Amino acid sequence: MSGNLVEVRDLKQYFYIKTGFFSKTPLKAVDGVSFSIKHGETLGLVGESGCGKTTVGRTLLHLYKPTGGEILFEGEQVTPRNIKNYRRRMQMVFQDPYSSLNPRMTVSDIIGEPLDIHKLYRSRGERRDRIAELMSLVGLSSEQASRYAHEFSGGQRQRIGIARALAVKPEFIVCDEPVSALDVSIQAQVINTFEELQEKLGITYLFIAHDLTIVHHISSRIAVMYLGKLVELAEADELNANPIHPYTKSLLSAVPVADPRLARERRRIILEGDVPSPMNMPSGCPFRTRCRYATAQCAEENPPLKDMGGGHFAACWNV
Amino acid sequence: MERILEVKDLHTSFFTDAGEAVAVNGVSFNLDRGKVLGIVGESGSGKSVTAYSILRILTEPGKIVSGEILYKGRDVTKFTKHELQAYRGANVSIVFQDPMTSLNPVYTVGNQLCEAILLHTDRTKKQAVDRAIEMLTLVGVNDPAKRIRQYPSELSGGMRQRVMIAMALACEPDVLIADEPTTALDVTIQAQILELMQDLQKKLGMAIILITHDLGVIASMCQEIIVMYGGRVCERGTADEIFYNPRHEYTKGLLRSIPNAQNLKGKLIPIAGSPVDVLNMPAGCPFAARCDRAMKICLEAMPEEIVINDEHKASCWMNVRPDRKEERA
Repeated sequence: MSGNLVEVRDLKQYFYIKTGFFSKTPLKAVDGVSFSIKHGETLGLVGESGCGKTTVGRTLLHLYKPTGGEILFEGEQVTPRNIKNYRRRMQMVFQDPYSSLNPRMTVSDIIGEPLDIHKLYRSRGERRDRIAELMSLVGLSSEQASRYAHEFSGGQRQRIGIARALAVKPEFIVCDEPVSALDVSIQAQVINTFEELQEKLGITYLFIAHDLTIVHHISSRIAVMYLGKLVELAEADELNANPIHPYTKSLLSAVPVADPRLARERRRIILEGDVPSPMNMPSGCPFRTRCRYATAQCAEENPPLKDMGGGHFAACWNV
Repeated sequence: MERILEVKDLHTSFFTDAGEAVAVNGVSFNLDRGKVLGIVGESGSGKSVTAYSILRILTEPGKIVSGEILYKGRDVTKFTKHELQAYRGANVSIVFQDPMTSLNPVYTVGNQLCEAILLHTDRTKKQAVDRAIEMLTLVGVNDPAKRIRQYPSELSGGMRQRVMIAMALACEPDVLIADEPTTALDVTIQAQILELMQDLQKKLGMAIILITHDLGVIASMCQEIIVMYGGRVCERGTADEIFYNPRHEYTKGLLRSIPNAQNLKGKLIPIAGSPVDVLNMPAGCPFAARCDRAMKICLEAMPEEIVINDEHKASCWMNVRPDRKEERA
């Protein structure tokens, strides 16, 4: 398998926020993002809260109507008109397993709902069998099908969410921080489930998270976002070993490593200040207000994403 | 070295309608001046309840059932209301996990900071404001004179957590309890806050109890570590001992389940099953139900703390020599 399953070109997503009686200010959540995801690969998308990574995932699935740019699925453009044909092929797993499941529905109804909507069965028996199959696929026992979501632990609930996404046999799943609400010992279970499903069913993932170690573990390539823009994109190992963009460098150095000797030797690159508001973005490079290497050029023009060789892209004037 | 805090066989339970939920089940530890103690464990392991017990800020239906908490030799569990008020904030203070909800939204930052200062010191209002500004400067809040007139909603998450730390340190406590202080923050902000806490600890010489589930944070901050599971201490020791020579099956499992710095692509080995049910505490080792090396004795009796070496103890039957095991069974 080769070629791109999903391609995004210059995606823009602005939200218009009321700032006065008549005035509205655009909040540029995603501002000109381009990337592609190959068949069967996992693209990790990392960044701090408010950088627009979740918005990218949601806009990809047309949960928001994009302000600008193109989304291509298997080479064909996805538009609000034809999105219905793609709904079955693209699914999402949400961050919070506590609020993304309807507390009034049993597990079999939750997993069965997409089957109902897309009419993917001929008889009640077939529906029941399919639900049981999905539950065993994600490691739940089918005897639990008549229970409600609150009877399950966080990790089990996230599995229900995954089974629901898998119900329609999608080719592409957007995983929006699927493990950040879970305990450490449970995270590994869910991560392994994602990996096994990819091996078995060849699903392509966009894996959104803020935990760099987990993203590095699961992804083949990683994209780093800052304030609505991609700042770096590279193979996972390459990005970890040779980060180019100053933001990626400090992000990687800030990740706490679970290794006391390494932690003692390491120098953290501490960034000054906070992320600027996306309503009031700095001119030029979005990172320049916190960057140690910022020059006059950085304030004037936004750096384009340049190919540094070997599929390693970075958006910085100083490299 | 001066011993500041001593927790002896602490038992804390929540008496709910569904029965007694045992949150802390016989926890003991000591804290010396100037030390950073890490408590690591997953949700429901009793780490936060231990902290709340030390400060006596448990809410109904939670109660300290038995045990002693000695602050400089005085038993906190027997403190009167008046003594508690003098103790909280001035001697031991806490930074909560969520800076978004633990500040009062209807008072300004300055108001909330001064409240603690006025309560615990003899400063006048004006001096208290000066102290508040001084504290905000110390924790790296820019333009503090302006900030003290702002409301929490006007500050970012990292700034709010700084205000929380400033508030906790305003009266120069001997012990600072940090309950997941950076869990709600982004990594770059987390790095700022951790660096700040390390600096302040060196400058002011207080002891810190750092509670977290993040092994990475623990590794970079603490000299000594307690691993908790199901309300019990399952392992304790220096950071190096815990990370490089874990002797409890839970600690081993925890370290195997996170991506390792040297081997990021290696397969993760998860801990099977789900966390222990606090309403139904097993008689033996709380981890036995999830442990793949569990033996018959693990289900029956809780092992005592077994000394591995001077700097390391673990409560796991795997560390008992076979001859002693038979003797006990």
